Amino acid sequence: MKKIINAADQVVQELMTGFVSAYERYYEKHPEVNGIIYRNRRKNKVSLVVGGGSGHEPLFGGFVGKGMADAAACGNIFASPDPGTICETAKAVDEGKGILFVYGNYAGDNLNFDAAEEILADEGILTAHVRVWDDCASAPPERTEDRRGIAGDVFVIKIAGAACDAGLTLDEVKTVTEKARNHTRSIGVATSPGSIPGLNKPTFELGENEIEYGMGLHGEPGIKRTTMEPADVLAETLYVNLLKDMPVEFGNEVCVLINGLGSTTILELSIIYRKIRELLDRDGVIVHDAELKSLCTCQEMGGFSVSIMKLDTELKMYYDQPCFTPYYAKEGR
Amino acid sequence: METLSVKTLKEMILYLADQIIECKPLLTELDSAIGDGDHGIGMEKGFLKVKEKISVMNPSENVYEVFATTGRALLMSMGGASGVMFGHFFAAGAKNTEPKAVLKTEDFVALMQKSLNIIKETGKAELGDKTMVDALEPAVMAMKMQDEPSFLDLFRSAESAAKEGAEKTKEYQAKHGRAIYLMERAVGHQDPGATSVWIIFRSFREFAEKHLPDKPVA
Repeated sequence: MKKIINAADQVVQELMTGFVSAYERYYEKHPEVNGIIYRNRRKNKVSLVVGGGSGHEPLFGGFVGKGMADAAACGNIFASPDPGTICETAKAVDEGKGILFVYGNYAGDNLNFDAAEEILADEGILTAHVRVWDDCASAPPERTEDRRGIAGDVFVIKIAGAACDAGLTLDEVKTVTEKARNHTRSIGVATSPGSIPGLNKPTFELGENEIEYGMGLHGEPGIKRTTMEPADVLAETLYVNLLKDMPVEFGNEVCVLINGLGSTTILELSIIYRKIRELLDRDGVIVHDAELKSLCTCQEMGGFSVSIMKLDTELKMYYDQPCFTPYYAKEGR
Repeated sequence: METLSVKTLKEMILYLADQIIECKPLLTELDSAIGDGDHGIGMEKGFLKVKEKISVMNPSENVYEVFATTGRALLMSMGGASGVMFGHFFAAGAKNTEPKAVLKTEDFVALMQKSLNIIKETGKAELGDKTMVDALEPAVMAMKMQDEPSFLDLFRSAESAAKEGAEKTKEYQAKHGRAIYLMERAVGHQDPGATSVWIIFRSFREFAEKHLPDKPVA
């Protein structure tokens, strides 16, 4: 396996250095910890801090920017940041109005962010969190709190950022952000594994002609392993499963993200979207906005996920606020 | 009765830190088989922070402060679920204790028992789940079985039970962590977290052999 790195234990440090210096116009690195901080961050408002393991770029660092997160706390490859990193990153953007943490619902992240919130509370800093659990293939509906966070993260961060910009209180921002989370579902299909940088081995085994529906970003088992199928079959299977979990009715408005997992091309994502759009049109669902990008990845993992956020008046208002990061941008409308 | 002073405990923790750092390649190798290969990197990072924090620790008259400082350093620097769990290994048992100038063997056993309880509760892990609990629980049990032990006896019993427990994890499927996704494919591989627990007790035993009096004063 060819991987463009130097030494395995330098990967995260070199990633941080390169990433932040490339976008130094927008970002600065926290002097002590692996925190990416937006230079033009919110003032006198609730701060939004996101975070998680590295290796899923542009998630989370690339979602720091205008109308999005004020900072991202970055962990080792596929591992949660430690509470020290989370606390220091949060304190660097604290404006005294409270900090909302948004992160994916994984055991390691939950433990470390909880520990960080405890420490910050002791220091008199107001915090709250919203865990993203959009992957509807990862646990049944009665256990949504066991579900993992995947590409739906970006919708939740987008709404949270706009709510912070609106000058809401921490409680209000949290409520809106939870609504965005509860209105978002994702489901994916894996066609080939990613790799762990420096380990020289795939994150999971998948036969040459095999695919797995619902497989997680790190190779977590999915719901069905089968042989490769045409794009339209993949798209329709995901669509049917996603809508089973979050019914979307005739006349509803939605935002759609077709997210590549790392090695899937815009050509492929476009072909998928074409079918998803056809199905949404058939069902009378109005697409408010759509996106074809690789935002939540696992190195060169093949496959894609479909995320849908069902809008209501409030979510739509926040979604339509402009935002800009080097990896995610929306014109206001 | 044999006791450990704050000074001796600090030396023991510093000795442990060096041993863990030396074992990085082994931990990396084990974790590469079933995890994401970063357990060695994480433990090294954590114990480098421990060395730093223990070296500059305020002169303390409380032995529990040494454990709390060690645990805090791991928690604050490692990341991942293991950072929290190895933080608890040292710090959880020291929480809400009355300050003591010297540590008795029974204090150490009580501390480890409390840490084990918190680790199991926080991680929702039981014996056989292929985690550090598979080494720690037998080690705590073995220590409790000792009758009026010296620290060396205590560490010997813990080391041998932890070693056996860690080796047994080869037979288990994982219920936690990244190895969970391998299901039956994780069988045959030893859990890196359990191995670290074994290395901790082994290091304590080595330290006791080198630096503590041979027999406890009766």
